[in-house]
Amino acid sequence: MAVLDLRRKLSILADAAKYDASCASSGGEKRDSVGGKGVGSTEGMGICHAYAPDGRCISLLKILLTNFCIYDCAYCINRVSSNTPRARFTVKEVVDLTLNFYKRNYIEGLFLSSGVIRNGDYTMEEMVRIAKSLRLDHDFRGYIHLKLIPEASPELAAQAGLYADRVSINIELPQDDSLKALAPEKDVGDIKRAMGRMRLAIEDKAEPARKAPRRTFARSQSTQLIVGADAAKDGDILARSASLYGAYRLSRVYYSAFSPIPDSSHRLPSSRPPLLREHRLYQADWLMRFYGFEQPEIIGAGEDLDLSVDPKTGWALRHRDKFPIDINLADRETLLRVPGLGAKAVDRILLARRQTRLTLDDLKRVGAVVKRAKAFVVAEGWTPGMATDGEHLKARLVEPAQLSLF
Amino acid sequence: MRVVRLASEIDFDGWRIAARRLRAKGVTPETVIWKVERDLFEAPAPATPSAPAGAFTVPPAFVDLARSVILHRAPDRLPLLYRLLWRLEREPRLIDNPADPDVAKARDMQKAVSRAIHKMHAFVRFRLVETDPETYAAWFEPAHRVTEAAAPFFARRFTTMTWTILTPDACVAWDGETLKVSDGADPAEAPSEDAQEELWRTYYASIFNPARLNEKMMRQEMPKRYWRNLPEARLIPQLIETAQARAAAMVAATPSPAPDRVLKAAMRQARDGSYNSDVPTSLEAVAAGVQLCRRCDLWRDATQGVPGQGAANARLMFVGEQPGDQEDLAGLPFIGPAGQVFDEALSEAGVPRDRTYVTNAVKHFKHEPRGKRRIHKTPGGGEVQACRWWLDHERRLVRPRVIVALGATAANAVMGKATPIGVNRGKALQLPDQTRAVLTYHPSFLLRLPDPDARARARAEFIEDLRLAGELAGLLD
Repeated sequence: MAVLDLRRKLSILADAAKYDASCASSGGEKRDSVGGKGVGSTEGMGICHAYAPDGRCISLLKILLTNFCIYDCAYCINRVSSNTPRARFTVKEVVDLTLNFYKRNYIEGLFLSSGVIRNGDYTMEEMVRIAKSLRLDHDFRGYIHLKLIPEASPELAAQAGLYADRVSINIELPQDDSLKALAPEKDVGDIKRAMGRMRLAIEDKAEPARKAPRRTFARSQSTQLIVGADAAKDGDILARSASLYGAYRLSRVYYSAFSPIPDSSHRLPSSRPPLLREHRLYQADWLMRFYGFEQPEIIGAGEDLDLSVDPKTGWALRHRDKFPIDINLADRETLLRVPGLGAKAVDRILLARRQTRLTLDDLKRVGAVVKRAKAFVVAEGWTPGMATDGEHLKARLVEPAQLSLF
Repeated sequence: MRVVRLASEIDFDGWRIAARRLRAKGVTPETVIWKVERDLFEAPAPATPSAPAGAFTVPPAFVDLARSVILHRAPDRLPLLYRLLWRLEREPRLIDNPADPDVAKARDMQKAVSRAIHKMHAFVRFRLVETDPETYAAWFEPAHRVTEAAAPFFARRFTTMTWTILTPDACVAWDGETLKVSDGADPAEAPSEDAQEELWRTYYASIFNPARLNEKMMRQEMPKRYWRNLPEARLIPQLIETAQARAAAMVAATPSPAPDRVLKAAMRQARDGSYNSDVPTSLEAVAAGVQLCRRCDLWRDATQGVPGQGAANARLMFVGEQPGDQEDLAGLPFIGPAGQVFDEALSEAGVPRDRTYVTNAVKHFKHEPRGKRRIHKTPGGGEVQACRWWLDHERRLVRPRVIVALGATAANAVMGKATPIGVNRGKALQLPDQTRAVLTYHPSFLLRLPDPDARARARAEFIEDLRLAGELAGLLD
């Protein structure tokens, strides 16, 4: 085979990695390079060093070690049956690329994934070597996210945890049956067991680390679900997320609108990625994690979200009897359920009303979306009257701008 | 009208001294004009102004706010800050009212400043200017006057490098030990292109997915004002222009047939991992079978089936209800909180756990997500019935002399019908297959009893029952 130059390899292996939505560099321990031999810091909040024209954050050097793969997952550009060009980095190439980019302040660190070559253990071992070299040979203190190969041995997964800030395993398909159909060699049991072990390891390592000066184990794990590749409804997807958050304490579930890929499989829809649906799922996910909603309240299994309004507005429209809410009296939990009020706005409302009775103008100043909130709230000098129950309310709350997302 | 002159645009200490004097003298906000005249003073104002007579206090939140707002480029930031200070005398809690128009405006400026700092951390691009020692330089134009405020981050991150950041407002340089600030620079002093930038552009172009084009989002997060100093930004127009066509081509393209070798291999390897209902002939077969079991629906939300664990020919078998959160993750029975209670009681009763076999009536964890937790749910009769297939085979393969059922679910599974614990505990019951059964509490029952006396009593009975079972099995010395 012809020897590819570094630039060609990078273009193949970054292209192959771009269907993974995660690029977060947040949630690492606080550390810097003071007193060290190398470079790097993480300060809790992640940094997006650039944005691609798809509007997505570029925080990490997100690449595959190789896109050769022995598996044949229909949704994946790197499946063995695809005719995509193939490449493979050496360990040193990845280490050098990471450090060169990092020193120029292009990135927060490395997000390394890989196709499976030979077997899970062999692949995982190569990935761990890269992380280990960065940490031990170069004293690199930036962010490292490693994708775990589910069928790799628990010892290798534990080693990955030793050098990475975050690890993840993608479940990809929301329903076990479709996983079996579209990714025949993947075993959902392997994936869940690996996530289970990782949660136990993360929690186990968290205890002594509180006293230790430097934390030496990954802090979190995440996963990704592809939206629109199989027949799963939004309710099924969110039920899967709720189950994953509860079981494995994931820091994030990423939703990735299934995107057409070059040389895609005939078993999958060939259409534009359902971006609006993906957006609504993220909003619903937020409601579960930060707004006190349980999944069945948002959407039942077998049902799809209403794409024309955000899921909180959708919930409020279905529960008009609970409104209007008096923003000068309601407790935090209740305020969080009002459309147009984000968590930050709610906190500011609680602060401000110790000194004043809030009007609609005040609501605007604390960062609420008054247009959406006003039919659902009572404020100083404002009652929605019959608007809360009006039959045209929904039509007024539909966001036309959002719909232009295709 | 009173004119106040500051030594620089971000001269916070100068502003503080002046503002303090003005307010002490009762000068109202409308009558003050704030001006900045660089080089007016030879030396900057003392760094820590001593408190003059008639000093007053302000909330620390105001000082933080002011330090940040003064970095904003808007000329009206200085009068705004003085107006806030003035109002604080009568409204001491003003800063805590985010709905007040002045406070809201100042908070907006503070937010813009902290965003400018964040964007500087993100968008500075270093270029290698010397290899030995490795020295880097960057030219950057921040949205607000945040160069000094943003610099310590780079010192923490690139401590071992030597670097300079040049901006029109100020320059900061790090030599590995100290941060030096000097006057602003001219764009002509910007370093020339770095060889890595070609690779970086390759990465930028490759990571972009043309099927997800969203220019608005990109501009919102990476405003155009930053583009001229970002080496990757020159690709943007072309990437946008060709995106639609590239995406359409992907949608339209018919999949190419898979390579022959792949098709052949797939046919060879087609494997069916579905559950087969052959009678298991070993405990290993039980363990493997439990993983594939689809006799009920509990497998869907569980991590894995949790088979029994222990001596293959143990004389004493324990049957619990079902795995819990921890057991589900680890794949082992009785390792969570209830498992600890169980282990302690066992050792007090003198029964060695490693000579027993421990399993559950139901092999998958039944639960319900609640927020970020999983709440235990008692398995129903159907699930217990479905899972008896496995329990019965475990009983057949281990052939214990004594079976202890822990709790009502286990009692149901072991006895084959609902059997109350209260009246049946504390004695040996005869089972049809010549083994004997002891019914007792589930250890988690002990954990849930709120009354300490009742708990101590139940625990004593629990240990008593374990001892009885140990004796019947001949495991006590």
